Amino acid sequence: MKINTQKKAVGRIGSKVDGYALTWRLPVIFWQLLFFVGPLLFTIAMTFFLVKNYRMTEAFEMKNWVKMMGKGYFWDSYFLTIGLASLATVVASCLAFPAAYALAFKVSENTRRWAIFFLIIPFFTSYLVRTFSWYVILAESGVVNNVLGWVGLGPYTMLNTKFGTMVGYMTLTLPLVIILQTLPIANVDRRLVEAAQNLGANGFWTIVKVIIPSARVGLIIGAVFCFILSFGDFVSPYYLGGSKPPTLPIMIIDTTKSGQQWPRAAVVAVIMMVTLMVVAFASIKYAYRKKS
Amino acid sequence: MTEKTDLLRRKFLKQSTIVSSVVAMPMILTTNKASADPVEINMLAWYGHGEPDVVSEFEARNNVKFKPKYYAGGDNMVALIAQSPPGTYDIILSDGEFVQQLNESGYIEQLNADDYPFDDFLYDDFTQFPGHWKDGKLFSAMVRFGHLGVSYNKNHVTAEEAMSYQCFWKPELAGKVGHFDWHLPSLGMMSLYNGNAKPGPFDIDGGAWDKVQETTMSLRPQVGGFFDYGGTFNSLKNGEMLAMCGIGDWITGVLEKDGAPVASVVPKEGGIQWTESYCIGKGSEKAGLVNQFIQYMLSPEGQVRSAEMAAYPGFCVTNGGVSALQAANMTEAQRTGQVEGAINNPIRLIEEGRIHYRDIPQRQSLEDWNDFWSEYKNA
Repeated sequence: MKINTQKKAVGRIGSKVDGYALTWRLPVIFWQLLFFVGPLLFTIAMTFFLVKNYRMTEAFEMKNWVKMMGKGYFWDSYFLTIGLASLATVVASCLAFPAAYALAFKVSENTRRWAIFFLIIPFFTSYLVRTFSWYVILAESGVVNNVLGWVGLGPYTMLNTKFGTMVGYMTLTLPLVIILQTLPIANVDRRLVEAAQNLGANGFWTIVKVIIPSARVGLIIGAVFCFILSFGDFVSPYYLGGSKPPTLPIMIIDTTKSGQQWPRAAVVAVIMMVTLMVVAFASIKYAYRKKS
Repeated sequence: MTEKTDLLRRKFLKQSTIVSSVVAMPMILTTNKASADPVEINMLAWYGHGEPDVVSEFEARNNVKFKPKYYAGGDNMVALIAQSPPGTYDIILSDGEFVQQLNESGYIEQLNADDYPFDDFLYDDFTQFPGHWKDGKLFSAMVRFGHLGVSYNKNHVTAEEAMSYQCFWKPELAGKVGHFDWHLPSLGMMSLYNGNAKPGPFDIDGGAWDKVQETTMSLRPQVGGFFDYGGTFNSLKNGEMLAMCGIGDWITGVLEKDGAPVASVVPKEGGIQWTESYCIGKGSEKAGLVNQFIQYMLSPEGQVRSAEMAAYPGFCVTNGGVSALQAANMTEAQRTGQVEGAINNPIRLIEEGRIHYRDIPQRQSLEDWNDFWSEYKNA
């Protein structure tokens, strides 16, 4: 009898919680439907439209898909974009890890708070402005080459190269990846670290065997964010990479600029979305996989 | 008690009058202000045409305010108009080669030729510019133009070398040749380099088009990047690019005035002319004011404003404009060859047959040229 009463109470509380939760979820659901699902469906529909006299007309034709899929330069751009984004992910993750580790384990709580604040500050200014500021630093007559010139090196061409693109990607993603790595590393159970050290593990093996596996989810999420941002970035490959060769975001701009082929640009956009979803879901699945 | 009630009533009336006056004041002020508000004119143009250095005087004189929307490239302009309801744009600055298309699509109003100083135009062709007239009716008035050729860094390319597109292939310029990222000017130049001057660089048969592609591809190892206006400007300024294909004085002129060691020339193979013309948007309710503005831009003072435009300079189209420019800024007139007998005098270059109007491909589709441009960028 007592158990039944408890069950009923739990049931009532449960149903109340559901209603409350649903109310709070509705705005998010509504937002996502209106600004994500709706535009996404429209973008997919647009891939079948045609452009006549610079005006998009509704149709259901496969011409845009056939055209884009059949072009060698599309696939060159596709693999280049994946390659650059993957490289940016590896570089950002590797560069971020020592900084995140130091912030999580080697500095005081106060210092960590300040450091995170300073990592957020770059986001206060426009990414485009930050990118253009690299011109002054990376140009052949810029700061880096001038400094190298004092020791008899250079000048080196850094702008309008893949190196320039990578610098831009780091400008965009590195602070974020450091923050995303710091939080899970800081939450690693210190007792596990101590246990590893008591069992004779040195610093390197403690990181490899304890810290990285414990912070795996956060580290992967940081990497996924880096990949997503780099994969979709137009600014760095255009302004620091010289659009040479163009990545998919540049191809979207090119396609809309000449001939106003929005439907073909939509094909590129949909393929980018699908790629990002596959990468994101695969990564999340890997992050949350159960140990065998 | 009655006296107290009366006092309260009077106090209430007094206070409510004050409150309503305060509340109503902004509306009264707004109503008065509204009558003095300038008339808004919606402009569709390349960057710079709606900026104060060009329009402020006309705005002050006529109590109007330009509300510009800027585009980059003729097809971008056509698309913006196509996707907007009639009457959205009161005035449209079009590249010369796109006027015909605007007219055929019914996007622009007819103009009255008597309103403009055609008898003062520098060159006969400009009065009858291709596509601006149809069945004896005028639809657009040319207001400025410029020439595209070889743009170069004077410390690395000599003036003599710059007199041929061949300089782009100079070994010392490997990785230092930039492209303005629009296929028409660059491919037009490659076509001229291949000798397609007659009937014109954009009017070529299949064989010539194949050769243009081949020539362009051979330039690819020299190319350091593809840039928009800002990128072109910066890369020339900081010396990242030492030669630029697809532009002219409209960019180097701004840098040159700023002291950068850059210049543009029309090479011996010929150059390409960009042409900018004003049209009145179909359905505009401010056609009268817009017409006045076009007249202003064709007046000597308007022509000077156009020639000295901060965003990018252009040549005057009228004799009155050239004289006014010489009187106002002889240095600029001399720099741009807008003086009698100058070797780079724009009209002299046209008369020598070295200038070809920029156009869209005549025997291939725009898509074919654009596709090749994408392939070229990816090569």
